[in-house]
Amino acid sequence: MKVIRGTVYVLKDDIDTDQIIPAEFLNLVPTIPEEYAKLGSHALCGLPAGYPPFVKPGAIKAEYPIIIAGRNFGCGSSREHAPVCLGAAGVKAVVAESYARIFFRNAVATGEIYPFETPLRLCDLFKTGDQMEIHVEKSQLINQSSGKSYTLKDLGAVAPVVEAGGIFPYARKAGIIK
Amino acid sequence: MGMTITEKIIARAAGKRVIGPGDNVWVEVDILLTHDVCGPGTIGVFEREFGTTAKVWDKSKIVIIPDHYIFTADQKAHRNVDTLRTFVKEQDMPYFYDPGTHQYKGVCHVALPEEGHVRPGEVIFGTDSHTCTHGAMGAFATGIGNTDAGFIMGAGKLLIKVPKSMRFQVHGSVPPYIMGKDIILKIIGDIGFDGASYCAMEFTGEAIHQLSIEERMTICNMAIEAGAKSGIIEPDEKTFKYVRSRTNKPFEAVYSDPDAVYESDHTYDAATFEPCVAEPHVPSNYALARERNHIQLDRAYIGSCTGGKITDFMAAARILKGQKVTIPTFLVPATVEVAEALIKTPIDGVSLVEIFAAAGCNDIAPPSCAACLGGPADTFGRTSGTEVVISTTNRNFPGRMGSKLSQIYLASPLTVAASAIRGHITDPREFM
Repeated sequence: MKVIRGTVYVLKDDIDTDQIIPAEFLNLVPTIPEEYAKLGSHALCGLPAGYPPFVKPGAIKAEYPIIIAGRNFGCGSSREHAPVCLGAAGVKAVVAESYARIFFRNAVATGEIYPFETPLRLCDLFKTGDQMEIHVEKSQLINQSSGKSYTLKDLGAVAPVVEAGGIFPYARKAGIIK
Repeated sequence: MGMTITEKIIARAAGKRVIGPGDNVWVEVDILLTHDVCGPGTIGVFEREFGTTAKVWDKSKIVIIPDHYIFTADQKAHRNVDTLRTFVKEQDMPYFYDPGTHQYKGVCHVALPEEGHVRPGEVIFGTDSHTCTHGAMGAFATGIGNTDAGFIMGAGKLLIKVPKSMRFQVHGSVPPYIMGKDIILKIIGDIGFDGASYCAMEFTGEAIHQLSIEERMTICNMAIEAGAKSGIIEPDEKTFKYVRSRTNKPFEAVYSDPDAVYESDHTYDAATFEPCVAEPHVPSNYALARERNHIQLDRAYIGSCTGGKITDFMAAARILKGQKVTIPTFLVPATVEVAEALIKTPIDGVSLVEIFAAAGCNDIAPPSCAACLGGPADTFGRTSGTEVVISTTNRNFPGRMGSKLSQIYLASPLTVAASAIRGHITDPREFM
């Protein structure tokens, strides 16, 4: 069974793609391996003052495999650099109340992160630094300190695509393309 | 049961007679648009997945318009345009608008229709969220990521979900002080920043059809700012005139059925709109310009796919003629065609270029996306500190124009011009 375990980073509503990866870093091309890694090091560096740095200065990756957010996560640009930089930073799953359409699609197409939706506004219940685990197949989020469990919306057909690593590997595995 | 224009275009592209919202269908793609920021990554996906010697599915249907990071010393930005050049040469592609040559155009969403690549009834995907602009000509157009674009490049089709349609009817006559920008900012303010998530926004009513094609583009351009998949306006005589003057390719116009079903209906009287702004940091932060006179400004900016078209500069010039700006005012025509029109278009015998110079605006920059989305440190007009900017662009997110500390107010070119004169947010009716 697939379990994602670790420290969460908590955000609120309308986190746009310019905050996830500011435009000055769009000169980096996600399909070039060293630039993919570099994108990760800049993940969420566009957040306004007041947030703890998502990736510590000098580090390549973040210490947060899970992001908890509010409504409309990933709104704005169609830049695939957004889900890519999160994946490159070591994020495995985002749990948001809702997503902007293109971000959600890009997250699945690239297989970079599991874009879970939560019916409950978890971003008001949790804080950055809390320890959580997600049981992917059961769509379940468990707060490790309290043991309390929360049911997320079922990812349905999206889960095997992310699991395979994106639409191309999935389509090959499923025999849709050669 | 009838279908909306969006459903009918998708049905035809999917080879089906009837479809409905929520259906997942494979559609044949008429145009794939990409640029310098997402093109290299799209090519990277295409070559990784289809092979480095693979040929694109149809080179006449792929349009590459570099526009984001053109006038910069940034080495990677130059490398990225070189990646496009190499690919276009290898693939022998006819529609590449290369910077530094006579082929260069500028902002892709204004150049794409200018060059005749947008036709009613067609399906357009682009690696840019503002691809929804092209619904202004009665096409289904939406933004996608590099991976989907790489798939289209090789396969020519894409699996999509048919969106629900929301209808926005604007009746009556558009007052002279109201622009497409005021209409779309009001609508986004009403329904919210995610108020049209996954939906098609269909704009209709006599007021919408009174608007020029460029003004309709402003409205459809910002559909994404309500989370929409697409914005669309049924084609009319103005559409046909615009498209026919730019391409001989045949097309078949599509219209909504009278009994089409809408997710929701929103009705407006054009006379009730007022000049407005979107306050930082989301485009749905609607406020009336006349109620924000106390906001002091450091900079005015006119440019981008949303607000850098010839009609935008004509509107600004109407206000600025015989006036002086009191804050630095940046002008970035969207395309070479717009830049040339600034020289050729007169108001009372004086060209727009002369009007802007006499008003004390900064020198007009060469066409590109420029500071609309920040970009490399040497980008024209990019904010670097705590600037308060009033801008004709489409997004006011934190850091959108460069500095996280700057504040961006979105407004129509009329309101931006009036505000540039006063140095604070100003209702353009004060100058009309």
